[in-house]
Amino acid sequence: MTRTSVTSLLNEPLIFERSGPGKSAYTLPRLDVEDVPVEEILDSKYLRTEVRGFPEVSEVELIRHYTRLSTWNYHIDLGMYPLGSCTMKYNPKLNERVSRIPGIALTHPLQEEQHSQGNLEILFRLQECLKELTAMDAVSLQPAGGAQAELIGILMIRAHLTRKGNPRKFVLIPDSAHGTNPASAVLAGYEVISIPSDKKGRIDVKVLAEKMSEEVACLMLTNPNTMGIFETHIEEIAQIVHQRGGLIYMDGANFNALMGYARPGEMGIDVLHLNLHKTFSTPHGGGGPGSGPVVCKEHLAPYLPVPRVEQEGELYRLNSDKPESVGRVHSFYGNFGMAVRALCYILSCGREGLKELSEMAVLSANYIRRRLEGHYELPYDTDILHEVVFSDKKQHKKGVTTLDIAKRLIDYGFHPPTTYFPLIVEGALMIEPTESHSKEELDAFIDAMIAISHEVEEDPEKLLSAPTTAKLTRLDEVRAARSAILRWEP
Amino acid sequence: MRYVSITPEEKRLMLKATGVDRVEDLFATIPENLRLSKTLDIPEAASETDILKYFHSLGRKNASAEDFEYFLGAGAYNHFIPTVIDSVISRSEFYTCYTPYQPEISQGTLQATFEFQTLICQLTGMEVANASLYDGGSALAEGVLMAVRTTRRQKVLVAQSVHPEYRRVLETYAANLDIQLQELPFTESGCVDVEALERLVSEDHAAVVIQSPNFFGVLDDVEQAIGLSQSVGALSVVVVSEALSLGLLKPPGELGADIVVGEGQSLGIPLGFGGPYLGLFATKDKYKRQMPGRLVGQTVDSEGRQGYVLTLATREQHIRRQKATSNICTNQGLCALVAAVFLSVLGKQGIRELAEQNLKKAFHLRKLLGDSLVFSGATFNEMVVECSEDPAEINRQLVSEGIIGGLPLGRYFPERSNQMLVCVTEQNSLEKINRLADVLTSVKVTL
Amino acid sequence: MNAPDNLLYSKEHEWILKENDVATLGITDHAQKELGDVVFADFPEVGTTFKVNEAFGSVESVKAVSEVYMPVSGEVVETNESLLDAPEKINDDPYGEGWIIRIRLTNPTELEALMSSQEYSKYVEEESQE
Repeated sequence: MTRTSVTSLLNEPLIFERSGPGKSAYTLPRLDVEDVPVEEILDSKYLRTEVRGFPEVSEVELIRHYTRLSTWNYHIDLGMYPLGSCTMKYNPKLNERVSRIPGIALTHPLQEEQHSQGNLEILFRLQECLKELTAMDAVSLQPAGGAQAELIGILMIRAHLTRKGNPRKFVLIPDSAHGTNPASAVLAGYEVISIPSDKKGRIDVKVLAEKMSEEVACLMLTNPNTMGIFETHIEEIAQIVHQRGGLIYMDGANFNALMGYARPGEMGIDVLHLNLHKTFSTPHGGGGPGSGPVVCKEHLAPYLPVPRVEQEGELYRLNSDKPESVGRVHSFYGNFGMAVRALCYILSCGREGLKELSEMAVLSANYIRRRLEGHYELPYDTDILHEVVFSDKKQHKKGVTTLDIAKRLIDYGFHPPTTYFPLIVEGALMIEPTESHSKEELDAFIDAMIAISHEVEEDPEKLLSAPTTAKLTRLDEVRAARSAILRWEP
Repeated sequence: MRYVSITPEEKRLMLKATGVDRVEDLFATIPENLRLSKTLDIPEAASETDILKYFHSLGRKNASAEDFEYFLGAGAYNHFIPTVIDSVISRSEFYTCYTPYQPEISQGTLQATFEFQTLICQLTGMEVANASLYDGGSALAEGVLMAVRTTRRQKVLVAQSVHPEYRRVLETYAANLDIQLQELPFTESGCVDVEALERLVSEDHAAVVIQSPNFFGVLDDVEQAIGLSQSVGALSVVVVSEALSLGLLKPPGELGADIVVGEGQSLGIPLGFGGPYLGLFATKDKYKRQMPGRLVGQTVDSEGRQGYVLTLATREQHIRRQKATSNICTNQGLCALVAAVFLSVLGKQGIRELAEQNLKKAFHLRKLLGDSLVFSGATFNEMVVECSEDPAEINRQLVSEGIIGGLPLGRYFPERSNQMLVCVTEQNSLEKINRLADVLTSVKVTL
Repeated sequence: MNAPDNLLYSKEHEWILKENDVATLGITDHAQKELGDVVFADFPEVGTTFKVNEAFGSVESVKAVSEVYMPVSGEVVETNESLLDAPEKINDDPYGEGWIIRIRLTNPTELEALMSSQEYSKYVEEESQE
């Protein structure tokens, strides 16, 4: 039973186009100090005339404006996002409520520790949970996202190796890796060597052994990898790298596949990051904020960013006395609001619940795989965990691409899967359902994908012109890049 | 459990379709010896009631703006947060949606972000702004990286009066790239030592970084610093950590700044114990292709209707990989929306009025503090005061009166351990401002 | 396969037209097709010198960026400023109005290592079969 999308949306201009002099949406209390004119306080050279172009609207118009805009967005509460690598699971409302408790939210990062014991307990407890889930020894919740965490992780590795006498020059990265991996390695001052994947979609261990040397600082890997495939040779891989004095960084973006089943700390991983906005249900917010805790083994702990959240007897402390720390990537403590939500989620799911989530995530992905594998080409005939990658090879013969399939799915009322990633699969369609959805939702998605594969045969034009039921049809990205209009001008 | 939607019967059907008997079999791809063998030391699921009780009890262990008046700033400011903001961002259409990579079904986020970019341009006086970065510190790091890329020079002058945490972040980013950071001192006025700047700046410098209002609350001589940097072809990077000040103060864009970076937390984002916050980044049109982070651009669809898309993505990590301009992946999407709503709520009149209230209330305190002020330079809503005793001691006394005092400067400047950085916002009352002044100016009597 | 006879070609899909001691460079028709609609071309300042095989700039489409490499060593004497407003010239007329830079050769013998039109066509065919 497929679903269809029907559109009847109101149009709405830019807020600047709604603006009119004399309208306002705010009230401020009356000034209780002496109302000294500004010009008597500050020299006019410091002052601006006005903020030209700022809108003036009423509260009603403001609310209508944003409400209308909101109706143009697909979102998780509407339906499934089968986005591979993103773990777009349901965002529990309890998380939102807890994060807004005034005693938690209206706190200043620099207020005295003794007056922040509640918040420090939240950070500490989350740290402990993440350590236990990953079988690691130390955590920093400071990085605001996976990319920042990767940078910190590689800098920690660099610091560790520098202490041993040689920071080394290279980082090994599989060709299936997420784009942030090589970017982070370069930012940390390393050169990247790419390791190809084998015919089963796993890191080619032979090539890894060849490329591993005493000039390689670390291997960055994702496990399960971006194809949803578990790197079964992980122990051998760890041995190859460790034997030559290198370390292993794991991109934990796919941790949703492992909870309650396996722990990176028991696989030879030295340091990893987790994504609270993926595995731990914090909302994506249209592109952030996220949070990317760095979790490591004891030998790397001295290099973690400061301050560290520690427990001393009954008290929680912030400790910046870590001379070997690599520094900081974010002011204060990182995205604390996301830590609150993640802890709430972990406590809400509990030990068994977290395991059940991974099970249902893996079951849902495998279910989708089995039901779609006759209709779309599966580049790797390998067991998967929580996500599956198809290609558009079959459909390409009819002149239809992954892009067209993705756009047509919109007309069936779904957000498309991840497209054209990983790069090693041509026309990749990466599907990660997560554990959130009912069987009806999964079936509706599967039926839609199957219906689309039939449309490719019978009426490809439907795909090429898709989507037709969203607020807009396909947008001219070339024009956007060429003209680069990045703001409104009166 | 409540976050899963599959019945036992449906699970059985799905397992059958997948060709295994039990869900555990799907994990067979993980080698046996790597599979978890112990019970995780994580509590069992707690009920909603218990969770709320627990977190409320944690809230009670904190001092918060609910019960205290804050005179603490230093990069995080306690400001008025209009009620409508939460109404807007609590819409799941905005907070549960993904990054707008599929523009046809993300026009809400895209248009709101385009509006945000415009508002930041207007606020900072710059020509282009991105869709936000993580926070002020990482925004500064990105600004410096961009200056280095653009000028192909390796040295950077950084004022000592830039927020110390931002400088630490910059140092972390710069440490492993071929970038040399040099410090620029400040004078008794609290402003950057212009003579030193003139002496030090050279054609080897990629950028000169100053902050205004600076960490000590002092309004710096931005125009002169910009002129001196540009005279040697270096880019001027101006940092703003109290974004609200731009409602009243001349924005760096009007003074010719090349890059403006800063912190947008003042724009409707709660103190939140330090995050999530909002990194601001704006620059000149000629540098737009060197800008890090996400950008929303205007275009049309196949029917000629106006719409918005993420654009100039070739700068980003998912395409350039090793050659990306930075490694950033997320922006602070929802926080940018908060700021956009905030600025739209206040609008042209409100932002000015709010900034003026800050200035006037702070001025009231400034008058009362008289000679105890450390720096002579003009200030907006923060100032440094010389204390007659340990500032931490003073704060302990103030807490008993429902006041969270300013920041003991010794935390960042050990040589200034008797000084306190005090912030006054529109949230502070006449009564408590007077009380604070009393306490700060009373001479400690030692018996 | 559009590859004019009077030009020489490099393995990185650049073409070069030598006229006395100045040569004009651009990317081939094959390259522009692979790239898609060009949105931006980045080239160096006049006066900069580059060695053979060094990257002197890049050509961007919406989805990809390609570095462009020097088929021979030389000093940049002219750049095609019109590409800043009309980068699509690289798509529409890669061998004519879509030229990117003009250089003065510093080592003309390097031309001998480049491919003729036929050799380039063959090379592209072989490459696409891999």
